[in-house]
Amino acid sequence: MVILNNITKTYNKGNTIAVDDVSFSVGKGELFGLIGPDGAGKTSIFRVLTTLLLPDGGSATVDGCDVVIDYKKIRSQVGYMPGKFSLYQDLTVEENLNFFATIFNTTIKENYELIKEIYVQIEPFKNRRAEKLSGGMKQKLALCCALIHKPTVLFLDEPTTGVDAVSRKEFWEMLKRLKEQGITILVSTPYMDEATLCDRIALIQTGKIMSIDTPNNIVKAYSGTLYKIKSDMMNKLSNDLHSYENMLSCYAFGEYLHLSFKNENEHFEKELMNILKEKGHQQIEFERTIPTIEDCFIKLMSSSG
Amino acid sequence: MRTIRLLLEKEFRQIFRNKALLPMIFVMPLIQLVVLPLAADYEVKNISISVVDHDHSTYSHKLISSITSSGYFKLIGYTNSYPEAIHLVELDKADLVLEVPSGFEKNLVRENEQKLFIAVNAINGVKASLGGAYLNKIIANFNADIRLQLIQPSRNNATPVIEVVSSNWFNPFMNYKFFIVPGILAILVTMVGGYMCALNIVKEKEIGTIEQINVTPIKKIHFILGKLIPFWIIGIFVFTVGLVVVSRLIYGIVPMGNIVLLYSFLSIYLVALLGFGLLVSTYSETQQQAISVAFFFVMIFILMSGLFTSIDSMPGWAKIIAQLNPVTYFIEVMRMIVLKGSSFKDIKWHFVIVTIFAFVLNGWAILNYKKTT
Repeated sequence: MVILNNITKTYNKGNTIAVDDVSFSVGKGELFGLIGPDGAGKTSIFRVLTTLLLPDGGSATVDGCDVVIDYKKIRSQVGYMPGKFSLYQDLTVEENLNFFATIFNTTIKENYELIKEIYVQIEPFKNRRAEKLSGGMKQKLALCCALIHKPTVLFLDEPTTGVDAVSRKEFWEMLKRLKEQGITILVSTPYMDEATLCDRIALIQTGKIMSIDTPNNIVKAYSGTLYKIKSDMMNKLSNDLHSYENMLSCYAFGEYLHLSFKNENEHFEKELMNILKEKGHQQIEFERTIPTIEDCFIKLMSSSG
Repeated sequence: MRTIRLLLEKEFRQIFRNKALLPMIFVMPLIQLVVLPLAADYEVKNISISVVDHDHSTYSHKLISSITSSGYFKLIGYTNSYPEAIHLVELDKADLVLEVPSGFEKNLVRENEQKLFIAVNAINGVKASLGGAYLNKIIANFNADIRLQLIQPSRNNATPVIEVVSSNWFNPFMNYKFFIVPGILAILVTMVGGYMCALNIVKEKEIGTIEQINVTPIKKIHFILGKLIPFWIIGIFVFTVGLVVVSRLIYGIVPMGNIVLLYSFLSIYLVALLGFGLLVSTYSETQQQAISVAFFFVMIFILMSGLFTSIDSMPGWAKIIAQLNPVTYFIEVMRMIVLKGSSFKDIKWHFVIVTIFAFVLNGWAILNYKKTT
C-alpha cells in the first residue's frame, strides 16, 4: 500500500538532514507505527507521503500512486491528521465534518457507518465550535474528518500527543477497529508503550531507520540480558553503578534502573552486591527483567552512536 | 461550482462569527469617513499672530483690526519690542510676527511708501506658507484701500490695472470636502480589502488549516477564488455604504458621472487590490508578518496616491512610485467621475492600467502560492 524507496529530505539548503535514505513498505490493512523521539523525522516522512512536501531524493508510492506525479490522486484518497489540530476552530463540529465531507464529494450520511462509533461520542456537542472542545474530543473530531471520505490509507501524525491516558487507550482501540475494516494506517508516536499496539514498527532516530519489525521480534532481537535494580538511595545508586567498570549501560526506567553488563561470569552478581553494600546501600532489589521496546530503542541508539 | 459555493459559505460563516472582524469591516470605515474629512482640512485657521507696534497710530490700528477680523488670525500678543514678540514664537505661542515701524502712518501719508516686517515660524510648513500668504493678501487689500482714500480717483484714471478673477470649476465653492471625501473612501476600501484578504489567508496558514485543505482534492484556483470573492463582495458593500450613506447623506456629494462606470472601475480595482492581499499572504507565515508587510505598502499607497498632496508637484522619482501605485488611479477616477462627471473616454487608460495591475498582482500571487513546498 505504501512503499518508500530511499527517501531523503533536507532543510536549510541541504545542511539539515531530516529524512536520511529511508525505505520501508506497509502492506494493506496493516497498522504501522513510526516510533521515535521529537525531531526524528517522523512528520517529514508523513508530509512527503501526503504530498505536502517534495522529497529531495528517492521515490514513494501510496496505493500505487507516485507522491510527486500522481499527487492529485493521492489527495483524494488518503486521510491525514496532522500533529497540530488543523480544523476550523470557529466552525462547529458538524460544520467541520460537513465541510470536509463535501470537499471530498461525499456526505456524512454516505460514510456514516465508518465514523459512527467515534462520532456518537462527540455528537452531543455537534453544535459546539471546535475551539471549545477538549483535547480528546478535538482528536476524535479530527479523526472523523480524516475518515469521512473513506480513505484507503490513513496517516496519523502523533495523534495521542497531549491526550490523557484514558483517551489514548480509547484512541488506539478505535484504530484497531478501523484496521479491521481494511484501512491501512500509518501512525507516528513518541510514546514507546504505544509501539506494542502496532502490527509492525519502525524505530527512527535522526532521520534514519534503526530497525523495522513486529514489536515482538524487535524485543526478541535484544541481545544480552537486562537487569533491574533498586535500593533505598536511587541517586547514589546511579552514580555508584556508573563508576562500576563492568557496567555496559545503566539508565532510569520507572522506579528501577535498567542495567546490562559487559561480562557476566558466575561471580559478577556477588561482586556487585558487595560493592553496593560497601557503599552503604540497603534494601537492594536486583533481578533479571524482560526488555521492552524502549530498552531496544536505547540500545539501538547507543550502538549507532 | 459546488466547491466554490461551499468555500464561500464557510468563509462568510467565519467572517460573521468573528466578533472583532465584523465591526472592523463595517463600522470602522464609516466612522473614519465621517471623522477624517472634518480633520483633514486644508484651510489654515487660527493662526496665532503677534504684532509689534512701534507706531500706535490710526493706520496701524486699522491694519491690525483688518487682520484679526479676517477670521484666519488670532492676535495673541501686542508687544512693544521685537524680542518680546519672537519670544512668543520660541514658546510656540505665535506663528507669525508682524512688525509695524514707528512713523508708519506719517511716512505712508507723506512719502507714499512704507515697509512692514513679517517673520514666520516655518516649523509647520503648511501653516507658515499659507499664513504668510494670507497676511500678504490682507496687507495688499489694506494698501489698496488706503490708495483709494489718499489718491483722487479722477487723477488716477490713466493707470491700467490687471485684475485676475478666478472661477473654480467642478467645485465652485472650493469645498475641500468634495475633494477629500471621495479620496478617503477610496483609501478605506483599499485598507479593508487589502488587510482583510491578506490576513484571512495567512490565518489559515498560521492555524494549520491550510495543511488539512492541501491534502484534499480542492483545486488551487478554487481555494483562491473562495478567498477573493467574499472580500470582493465586502469591498463593494463598504464602498456603497460610504458613497450612499456618508458622502451623499452627510456631505451631500452627488456623483456627477455615471454610477455604473464608477462601479465597473471599482470591480476591476478590487480584483487588483485583492491580488495584492493574496501576494502579501503568500510571502508571510504569520498574521503578524502579514500585517507588517501590508501596513508598509498601504502607508506608501496612501501617502503617494495624491490624496493629500498633488502628484504633479512631487519629484520625478516619487512620480514614478505614484504611478506604480494602484490607489493613485482609483482616487483619480473617483474624483473624475464623482466631481467632474468624466465619461469612459476620459478614464479608459485608468481602466487599462488597473486591469494590468489586476493581472500582474494576481498572476504573481498564484505563481507564488504553492501547494507543495
